[in-house]
Amino acid sequence: MTLSRRRGLLHHSGPRAAGLAAAVTVLLAAVLLSLLAGAQWFGPRDVYAAAAEFAGSDTDRVIRYLRLPRTATGLLAGAALGLAGALMQGVTRNPLADPGLLGVNAGAALAVVGAIGLLGIHSLTGYVWFAMGGALVATVVVHLVGSVGRGGATPVKLALAGAALSALLGSVTSAATLLDLSTLNEFRFWVVGSLTLATGGIVAQAVPFIAVGIVLALALGRSLNQLALGEDLATALGTRVTVVRILAGLAVVLLAGTATAMAGPIGFVGLAVPHVARTIVGPDYRWILPWSVVLAPTVLLLADVAGRLVVRPAELQVGIVTALFGAPLFIALVRRRKLAEL
Amino acid sequence: MSTRWAVRVGRVSTRVDPVATGIALLAWALTLGLAAFSLTLGDYEIPLAQVLETLAGRGSLIMTDVVVNNRLPRILVGIGVGVAFAVSGAIFQRLARNPLVSPDLIGINAGAALAAVLMITVLGSSTAWIPAGALAGSLLTATCIYLLAYRNGVAGQRLVLVGIGVTAIIGSLTAYLLTLADIYAAKNALLWLTGSLAGRSWPQATIIGVALLVLVPPAMAAARQLRVLELGDDLARALGVRIEGARAVLIAIGVGLAALATAAAGPIGFVALVAPQLARRLVPEGVPSLPVAGALGALLVVASDLIARQLFAPTALPVGIVTAFLGAPYLLFLLARANRVGRGG
Repeated sequence: MTLSRRRGLLHHSGPRAAGLAAAVTVLLAAVLLSLLAGAQWFGPRDVYAAAAEFAGSDTDRVIRYLRLPRTATGLLAGAALGLAGALMQGVTRNPLADPGLLGVNAGAALAVVGAIGLLGIHSLTGYVWFAMGGALVATVVVHLVGSVGRGGATPVKLALAGAALSALLGSVTSAATLLDLSTLNEFRFWVVGSLTLATGGIVAQAVPFIAVGIVLALALGRSLNQLALGEDLATALGTRVTVVRILAGLAVVLLAGTATAMAGPIGFVGLAVPHVARTIVGPDYRWILPWSVVLAPTVLLLADVAGRLVVRPAELQVGIVTALFGAPLFIALVRRRKLAEL
Repeated sequence: MSTRWAVRVGRVSTRVDPVATGIALLAWALTLGLAAFSLTLGDYEIPLAQVLETLAGRGSLIMTDVVVNNRLPRILVGIGVGVAFAVSGAIFQRLARNPLVSPDLIGINAGAALAAVLMITVLGSSTAWIPAGALAGSLLTATCIYLLAYRNGVAGQRLVLVGIGVTAIIGSLTAYLLTLADIYAAKNALLWLTGSLAGRSWPQATIIGVALLVLVPPAMAAARQLRVLELGDDLARALGVRIEGARAVLIAIGVGLAALATAAAGPIGFVALVAPQLARRLVPEGVPSLPVAGALGALLVVASDLIARQLFAPTALPVGIVTAFLGAPYLLFLLARANRVGRGG
């Protein structure tokens, strides 16, 4: 287990809280940037006008119907993925855990494709249940395969089980899309992971799911700290390990499932952000979780803005940007000698 | 330990294991049987007798066109890439002493796929050039992965994990290219990405045939050293094997086989993983498994292609979907089993 034993950059509650406030400010700046930046740049006054005195001009429409839902999607999906990653890393004590790498997103994605393609369900409140079901099945399968028998779930086994399951689910999805050209056309834009898929209505539908997930996740901080000491010690300290695992799994399914249903499968945010949070505040999950909630949407929104600006006037979908930045981080983590020995 | 027979032809002698030989022969017989059956199937069915007559050169013009120019090369490509993936997988697995270090899991196939999709969707290349691009892509990826995983040697697990990371980057770029292409190019690219024998013809059959002719004999020769390398570096050195040299040659052969097979038929998943594993289970320990693995690889691809064409007929699925369906659960099983014996992934 290589979750850093070192203390983070900020040692005491005071600086950590102050830092968190600063991080929230940065997040607000990212939100503003996401509203302003793009193929067409707007000023803060345009945003205010579109929100307060909507007159139906082109600018108003772009902001209200495109930029606003896109930014809200980034905010919600980012917070959800960051928390899901932090929870998975805490529960599995695996620094490589990420809903993308461990197949959770792939499970949700396949279920959504099935719901859209086979059952013709097009509202988020309709297929979000499928997404969560798919996420649940994938989580359980990967965890079972990764943790059977002696040695328990090591990072290597879990990552491999995730890769194998993703490959399997991916080929089922390929088969479905190859048999039907119009599904392929819809699917290929969705599978890269993008913040532009959800409309304002869908975003509103997602809020309660994500909110419940966030509350559940944040409530688990203390228990995750005790789990980090090892299962036996945690039990001795009075933690009901199985209950914590189930609640954390529930939160992951809720968060990652809804995020995937909204924005498609986005990888590596859940991997990277908890590591950054851990570097800042140390191994205490009561701090890692709230920091992840704030940092992850910041990262996701900035990645999305970068994707809009780099190949202007075309766009790089946010899932591609996060993979381009996240996978090298993953490789750097893997190269750390201790990890390979786990 | 099983009985071995020593076979001597002039000055060349080799030991032959009756069990291994029997299994290899059985696999080849099954492969040829399925291949013959496969030749009779298609848009219109041709009785086997007529197929054989055509192959012997006594068929009508149309029959010759359908069987010899259309169906035969496709089957040959299937057999060839089956052998190539399986031998490549066997080399990697035995070098790393880890069943998971197969070319498709460590990202070599993904590199070939990205290059090919780039050529199909962006450059609009003619099919003739796609294999060359795929070859370049997989060699480049293999080099990158090797360098990224290198740290006082290349540990098997680090190689696998680095491969997963590299595959993620490559996969997302490939998905991005698919969003840029027009829908028909995207479908072609997706077909290619899944690994398909559809439309494969004599050029691809030639590629894979030449690849096997050039790379398999040295692989067989080097397999002798594989057995010594498996004893561990120190012992191998003491026995006089030049370790780094032997390992480099074997890696080059393994990458070359996987790359050329991918160039010919796309990244058909899990053959490189499953075939050598089956070979290891069927043949007693310590017997050179490359020929058996190759035979099982051919059987696996030909059988999967048959299933892929028949299951959703008249729509033919690409063969890679069937191999993934068979292979991925097997990989999960392998992982679970490795855990139970406590050997880790």
